[in-house]
Amino acid sequence: MKDFSREEIDHVLDTAEKLESVARGEEKSRLLDGKIVALLFFEPSTRTRLSFEAATQRLGGRILNLGSVEASSVMKGENLADTIRVISNYADLIVLRHPLDGSAQMASEFSTVPIINGGDGSVHHPTQTFLDLYTIRRESHLEGLKIAMAGDLKYGRTVHSLCHALSLYGAEMTFVSPPELRMPQEIVRDLEKKKIRVKETDSFEDIIGDVEVLYMTRVQRERFPDPEEYEKVKNRLKITGDLLKGADPSLKILHPLPRVNEIAPEVDSTPHACYFQQAFYGVPTRMALLALAMGVIE
Amino acid sequence: MKDKRDLKIQAIEEGTVIDHIKAGQALNVLRILGISSGCKGTVSFVMNAPGSGGRKDVVKIEGRELNVAELNRIALISPKATINIIRDFEVVQKNMVVLPSYVEGVVRCTNSNCISNSSEPIKSKFSVLQSEDGVVTLRCLYCEHVISENIAENLL
Repeated sequence: MKDFSREEIDHVLDTAEKLESVARGEEKSRLLDGKIVALLFFEPSTRTRLSFEAATQRLGGRILNLGSVEASSVMKGENLADTIRVISNYADLIVLRHPLDGSAQMASEFSTVPIINGGDGSVHHPTQTFLDLYTIRRESHLEGLKIAMAGDLKYGRTVHSLCHALSLYGAEMTFVSPPELRMPQEIVRDLEKKKIRVKETDSFEDIIGDVEVLYMTRVQRERFPDPEEYEKVKNRLKITGDLLKGADPSLKILHPLPRVNEIAPEVDSTPHACYFQQAFYGVPTRMALLALAMGVIE
Repeated sequence: MKDKRDLKIQAIEEGTVIDHIKAGQALNVLRILGISSGCKGTVSFVMNAPGSGGRKDVVKIEGRELNVAELNRIALISPKATINIIRDFEVVQKNMVVLPSYVEGVVRCTNSNCISNSSEPIKSKFSVLQSEDGVVTLRCLYCEHVISENIAENLL
């Protein structure tokens, strides 16, 4: 995400907005007519893969799917570089998801067609960040946003990328997490250097009335050696109907999904709940990225 | 008669002398230059030699003038080293090493999950930065992991 300037991000988001009616199926598009998009997913993914498929098909393109890794040439010992060299002969663009950090960067060195990073390793998932930004822009606003990010801030790659991207728009950020899962201090320092106001806390009560967007993430059980500690944290960091009584009426709640129990089901029917809408926004955002990467839109 | 204490390493006729290497780093300098047990030419070095600015290492490589790109990699582990090109026993060129802005295939990324540590046909790549207080940091161009200490221990 750090490669993108604010102007470039805005251009992607503007393009996504123009394509939203196509994403909803209200308008037809032939922008990717005759184009083939290869989906190379080396690890499980539901939303990312399906939303790329939906985005391609809504634009009239076709999908080439690697299928399961077990049934592919990868199991015969082929390296990723060779797989990319071969597939780039078959498709006009490759969407890659891979467990190793930096695999998308490497793939771009071997490919003759554009590569979109559908999530590599534990650090990057740029299309998720674009769709998060798009959701915030559509449902709230980006400029000078008061945002709280909550849950697993130590390992959560989506929040790390989002922090960087939002810093381009001058946000005020509050990080809500148990001490064990605090935002890495190098990210906090980096934000403070950019004059971003940062607050850290371990509970929602003090801050819920003063934020416009609450970005919730899942706290994973395996991060806690002590199961009792996990139970305590899980219950403390939970968004409930009661908690939201103190919230600003315009507060929007986002979550990259899947959720487990960090957002109570009663929240789903409130005007604050935005996470399913956010999942939809993955389609126009990925349509924009596909169309821009293939040069069918300037 | 010349003082015996000055004869730790003979003067060389042709080649490269790397002086003012940070004490204890001579072997890493040889490693960074790819000079290992298979090397045919004469290579000599001194470690922890007393000098006016404290202890230092010196490396002399006979019959070979190393190119600038090779030599500048030394700056990763010893930014104050100097390079002397010798012809006919005379120093014909003397330069400080210059920290390169980019290095390839010299250092291993310390992120074990980085693609550059896998069996892919690629070399590690880093952009090189130096802070105002002289600390050298490397940023992996694949995974963006930053190495700010123990660079010498991660030489390939």
